Amino acid sequence: MAFAVPKETYSGKVFELTIGSEKTVVFGGENVLPFNAFEGSVPNRPLIAYEIQDIPPDDWPETVRKVYEGVSGNPVAWAKYCQDTLNAKAIALRLVGTHPDRNNYSPEEAAKTVKDVLAAINVPLIILGSNNADKDSLVLVAVSEAAKGKNCIIGKAQEANYKTIAAAAMANNHKLIAMSELDINLSKQLNILITQMGFDKEKLVTDPMCSALGYGLEYTYSVMERIRLAALAQNDMTMQPPMLGDIGMYVWKVKETQAPESDLPSWGSLEERGIAWETATAGSLLLAGAELFIMRHPSAVQAVEKFIDELM
Amino acid sequence: MLIIGEKLSIIAKRVREAMMKKDKGPIQEIATRQWKEGSGMIDANIGPAEDGGEDLMQWMVTTIQEVVPLPVCLDTTNASAIEAGLKVHNNEWGRPLINSTSNDPERFPILELGAKYHAQVIGLTVGKGGLPADAEERAGIAAEIMARAAEYGLPLEDLYLDPLVLQVATSQDHALKVAEAIKMFQEMNEPPMKTVVGLSNISNGCPKALRPILNKYYFIMLMNAGLTSAIADAHEMAEAMKEKKLVDDVLAGKKIDDLRKMREIEKTYDIFMNRTLYAHSYLEM
Repeated sequence: MAFAVPKETYSGKVFELTIGSEKTVVFGGENVLPFNAFEGSVPNRPLIAYEIQDIPPDDWPETVRKVYEGVSGNPVAWAKYCQDTLNAKAIALRLVGTHPDRNNYSPEEAAKTVKDVLAAINVPLIILGSNNADKDSLVLVAVSEAAKGKNCIIGKAQEANYKTIAAAAMANNHKLIAMSELDINLSKQLNILITQMGFDKEKLVTDPMCSALGYGLEYTYSVMERIRLAALAQNDMTMQPPMLGDIGMYVWKVKETQAPESDLPSWGSLEERGIAWETATAGSLLLAGAELFIMRHPSAVQAVEKFIDELM
Repeated sequence: MLIIGEKLSIIAKRVREAMMKKDKGPIQEIATRQWKEGSGMIDANIGPAEDGGEDLMQWMVTTIQEVVPLPVCLDTTNASAIEAGLKVHNNEWGRPLINSTSNDPERFPILELGAKYHAQVIGLTVGKGGLPADAEERAGIAAEIMARAAEYGLPLEDLYLDPLVLQVATSQDHALKVAEAIKMFQEMNEPPMKTVVGLSNISNGCPKALRPILNKYYFIMLMNAGLTSAIADAHEMAEAMKEKKLVDDVLAGKKIDDLRKMREIEKTYDIFMNRTLYAHSYLEM
């Protein structure tokens, strides 16, 4: 008897998001578990955005910092380099410089940076705050307005500040990242609260909070998996936005991407190790169901793109 | 159905202060109210009570039984405090219940106390290895505890199996597993094993307005699974009994006049049955 592949069908579907204005990119939209195209439809590739920031990346390890030497002192040059030389499909600008403990840039300064970057690129832009809940609620309002009409993703709205940030994203017609802290029930709750404000659920991106391989990645993996199952099997619309794996910032601060080979010869080349770490972290979350990634090292991005090629 | 009034717990600020000051007033007032609301037993939770636990438990038992003709559920991890409480317990109002033993060898002396003082004992179906994963694991641990009870001379009809209710807000899938465990426990002996739960833990961590709703409907769900007793808020459980017919009607697929109530029941059972993912605002969806 011939072997018949068992197939699952689902009642739910992940929302499809289109971002950008000049060049647009679409992600999400599948109605099956990650890459199970034989059971339904996987219309779009997961999207990887290159991470840049508004201040020089002094706290990034040398292996990833040196890639951007000569451009990372200026966010516009950095963004152009990612777009023109690295062929970035999207760019994620993290406004770390606005953090009160860093450069404490004002919302107006942040808005100017955003405008300058937007003027220099034509790929979609993701605009992230400094993860200071109070400051973000000022900064992200200003940058939402500065980016009006550019169809960006703004983030991250959290329990403490979602109201002002969601209102600003809504008023300026952007997509919005909703982040909760590694708890599927709180993730659902935040998405409910944001949509109860009138924000369109089909413009949300869920960030269940990331981590690096070896540092609790299995928690992120499990929450993502359960979010996807709720979206598909239970047709839970609050869980149908695409998911974000904001991995670069977690990967490039762990010991495995920092410890020199001279200290740990058995761990091998630091550079290869860092790239492998970012690749493996992204690859895992790809299989958990994330559709959007923010990454740092071009070689890791290329490796993950190749992985996606093979899975699609 | 035996309701064991839960309000005398060291976790509550007012109760804790009364315990510290040995102020009988609040303790007796709360005990009396729970008795009037339908409790058949009063839980006296004094916490770990490492210092002076013996005195405190004796004071609690006598303070409660001075005004309320009910047995007391002695709730602490301190075995010598339990023994002290058992010594002064007035069995004229019914036999005391010890809360609790488990499948952790450190908790076995509790079974010995139960046998010695002819008291009843709650067997919490957890072992040393942490929380049980599902109903089967709970039943496996229950079998172990039953074997230990026999070994220590505690009759099985004096053992109440507790499947350990977990918070729906963080461990949603356990709501149904606990109900399944209650069904399984009953089949483990003839006559069926008695069961008990710490009911209100189901809604721990949920918004205040939601807690009575979750508590009541979960109580009915467990009652339908055969639950014989619950450590719970007697007032809420009395309300639940009034609503039981409505709930059973909705669960049987009948329409009831109060549509708001009907949706509330359906949505809450969707949560317990794992058909929708819990979120604090689930009723608004």
